Amino acid sequence: MKFSYEVEGGNFAKAGNAASNVKKVLKQLNVDPKIIKRIVVALYEGEVNVVAHAYKGMVLVDIDPSRIHIRIEDEGPGIPDIDLAMQVGYSTASAMVREMGFGAGMGLPNMKRNADVIDISSKVGEGTVVELTTKLTS
Amino acid sequence: MATSIKIRKIAELLEAQVVCGVDLIENEVRYAFASDLMSDVLTLESEHLVLITGLTNMQTVRTAEMADINCIVFVRGKKVTPEMIDVASENNTVLIECKYSMFRTIGMLHDAGVSPVY
Ligand SMILES: Nc1ncnc2c1ncn2[C@@H]1O[C@H](COP(=O)(O)OP(=O)(O)O)[C@@H](O)[C@H]1O
Ligand SMILES: [Mg+2]
Repeated sequence: MKFSYEVEGGNFAKAGNAASNVKKVLKQLNVDPKIIKRIVVALYEGEVNVVAHAYKGMVLVDIDPSRIHIRIEDEGPGIPDIDLAMQVGYSTASAMVREMGFGAGMGLPNMKRNADVIDISSKVGEGTVVELTTKLTS
Repeated sequence: MATSIKIRKIAELLEAQVVCGVDLIENEVRYAFASDLMSDVLTLESEHLVLITGLTNMQTVRTAEMADINCIVFVRGKKVTPEMIDVASENNTVLIECKYSMFRTIGMLHDAGVSPVY
């Protein structure tokens, strides 16, 4: 099964639409709620990062019986130092992002903790791709 | 095992308004977590949790949805929006508007036997 969702930079009202839909799909597939939670928490943080840090993006979801693969790609400033960005507490988020309840530098670490595999690639001035893969059975 | 408390009882104690999910207030919670930082809430693993927050926007409701949180108490007289109610009711999240401060709300729930997460 494949799904795709658009994400608008700056539009916090819509952040979480993709995660919300993916949650419904995984529930229908009777995936363990604990596994669903890990997947949608990671995806939600990823969506928020596109909204908070990039101009626009896409979420591409591919589900097969054994695993889910999520690709979050954006057009944006990119991440100059990915190792630094992965550190808890590192954030370049604006005051507006912090008013929305994010921007504490916990998003990427939360994503890493909740995915079986995370793969990040980024080009400064072009954009970022975050790929999350998680098994659907424990 | 932590003490359980009905959501209805929480609303009564806090003299607060249930503005979404009135049909779910007989459900029980055991733990509470207070934060305005949604990334922090998204790290929690506890079930049957009530979130106490001063952050009144769609992110709070989305965070509850993703983290399987059944009930949110908004403190200090903050008002929820119709859009928040739409999303919360779709996900069976109870929303409570409370006039007390964060500190007072937490103190009262702690006295009532609701357990901290950590
Ligand atoms: N999609 C992205 N595009 C550009 N920069 C990003 C992106 N995602 C993360 N970053 C950078 O990495 C930092 C850390 O991200 P994260 O851990 O999610 O924390 P936060 O979003 O709270 O700042 C961000 O502050 C930002 O500088
Ligand atoms: Mg983030």
